[in-house]
Amino acid sequence: MKPIRFFKPVIFLACLAPLAALAWKAYSGNLGANPIEVITHATGDWTIRFLLITLSVTPLRKLTRQPWLIRFRRMFGLFAFFYGVLHFLTYIWLDKFFNFHEMLTDIAKRRFITVGFTGFLLLIPLALTSTAGWIRRLGGKRWQMLHRLIYFSAIAGVIHYLWLVKADIRKPLQYAAILALLLGYRIFVWLQSRFKAKKPSPLSRPTIEVSEG
Amino acid sequence: MLIKKPADIPPSDITSKDLYLNRRKFLAGAAIAGTAAATGIGLRELAFPSSLVEANAKIDGIQKSSFNTTEKITPLKDVSNYNNYYEFSTDKYGPAGLAKDFKTRPWTVKIDGLVKKKQELDVETIIKMAAPEERIYRHRCVEGWSIVVPWVGFSLSELIKKADPLGQAKFVEFTTIYDPRQMPGQKLPVLDWPYVEGLRMDEAMHPLCLLCFGMYGEVLPNQDGAPLRIVVPWKYGFKSAKAIVKISFAEKQPVNSWNKAAPKEYGFYSNVNPTVDHPRWSQAKERRLGEFFKRPTLMFNGYDQVASLYNGMDLRKNF
Repeated sequence: MKPIRFFKPVIFLACLAPLAALAWKAYSGNLGANPIEVITHATGDWTIRFLLITLSVTPLRKLTRQPWLIRFRRMFGLFAFFYGVLHFLTYIWLDKFFNFHEMLTDIAKRRFITVGFTGFLLLIPLALTSTAGWIRRLGGKRWQMLHRLIYFSAIAGVIHYLWLVKADIRKPLQYAAILALLLGYRIFVWLQSRFKAKKPSPLSRPTIEVSEG
Repeated sequence: MLIKKPADIPPSDITSKDLYLNRRKFLAGAAIAGTAAATGIGLRELAFPSSLVEANAKIDGIQKSSFNTTEKITPLKDVSNYNNYYEFSTDKYGPAGLAKDFKTRPWTVKIDGLVKKKQELDVETIIKMAAPEERIYRHRCVEGWSIVVPWVGFSLSELIKKADPLGQAKFVEFTTIYDPRQMPGQKLPVLDWPYVEGLRMDEAMHPLCLLCFGMYGEVLPNQDGAPLRIVVPWKYGFKSAKAIVKISFAEKQPVNSWNKAAPKEYGFYSNVNPTVDHPRWSQAKERRLGEFFKRPTLMFNGYDQVASLYNGMDLRKNF
């Protein structure tokens, strides 16, 4: 328990570091020739990164047998949402200047914006129901089902990036590879549990697998 | 969010260009000295710093041009640090550093294809073909940002006349140098190297079309296309080929690199056109570097005098 109480604020501050770096660069006039583009890309990048970090908690926890890691998952998820909100605000404010008509045209017409906006929308119910109270209210099973939306949000985020770049798709492909690994792990675990459930071996101990998404 | 606008800096606070460039030269020199000291080689480079001599040299006898826009010129710092130059890097902040040691001399340009006489010209010979002019042009990138640059050069038509193309030549093709040892971006198959661009003959002959070897009164920085590039101000930036080693005349329309990479997104003509969207984003507006609000994009980037070149053409189809 003790290390967690110590680590939580440290990790919280670390999660704010990308924003702090951006704010510092803005303050000192070091955002380069096209500051708004830098802000847009940085907030977008960190949204995807935090989604991937969030999705890596469960595999990491299981593979390393460190159950306490789960206690950071909500924070990472909420930071993904936080950077997603900043990314969206940058777009609606600094790119569209609150011209909602233009924004809606974009969302309808530009597929990379359609998919990115979808990914962002999917995160909203997850952020809203991230509290212990909501887990209770929904019940563990249903809450878990709902929060599997993060898979689709992360897929949408990576596709958004892939569809946006002009020619150099190396970075979005790196994200896609990591995401494939993280989702692949879950598919593997799921298949394994199904296989076990169908063919109970006489030697096996009862499997109490609590999948945590 | 705090966004410091470069325009808000009082002129008195801006480091003078000389100081800024000297500092860079000093740093570059220090870096070379450091490397040389550390490795014990490179003494020759220390004594004769080949590539450093040419950078930032003033160009003499620059004439004024009547094509100049009176809009505010984008600071050199931005134009020379924010470059779409995939031969070096796909990161726009990359080429400034990566192109620092790019060798621009000796340099020759092949005049090839449908010409009376095929030849290979030294870049120094080409630069002396006509008096250098300063052309302050708007420059609009297909990505939706724009700058105003005081280029130095002369109309490409001067070179074409001297190249003496044959009657059946309908197009001009420009090829950028292929040298992956100097251009790390060419080691990646992002585009089909070498970079190729092209113009219809009448476009290339238009007086606005510039053969360029300088900017801001000085020799072109490597990251901006040295030693020789073209500038076609009414077309999206990628049409303006950099570091040209071959100019070839042809009867058939050349296949330009971006068109080859994504034919549905980048056409041969690629005229700046606010009414024809890029399939993935709108081209109606642009962000002028240094400005907070976006400004409307102008047809032919505001160069209406080229409109007659496209009479009777469907610019939606010929995007």
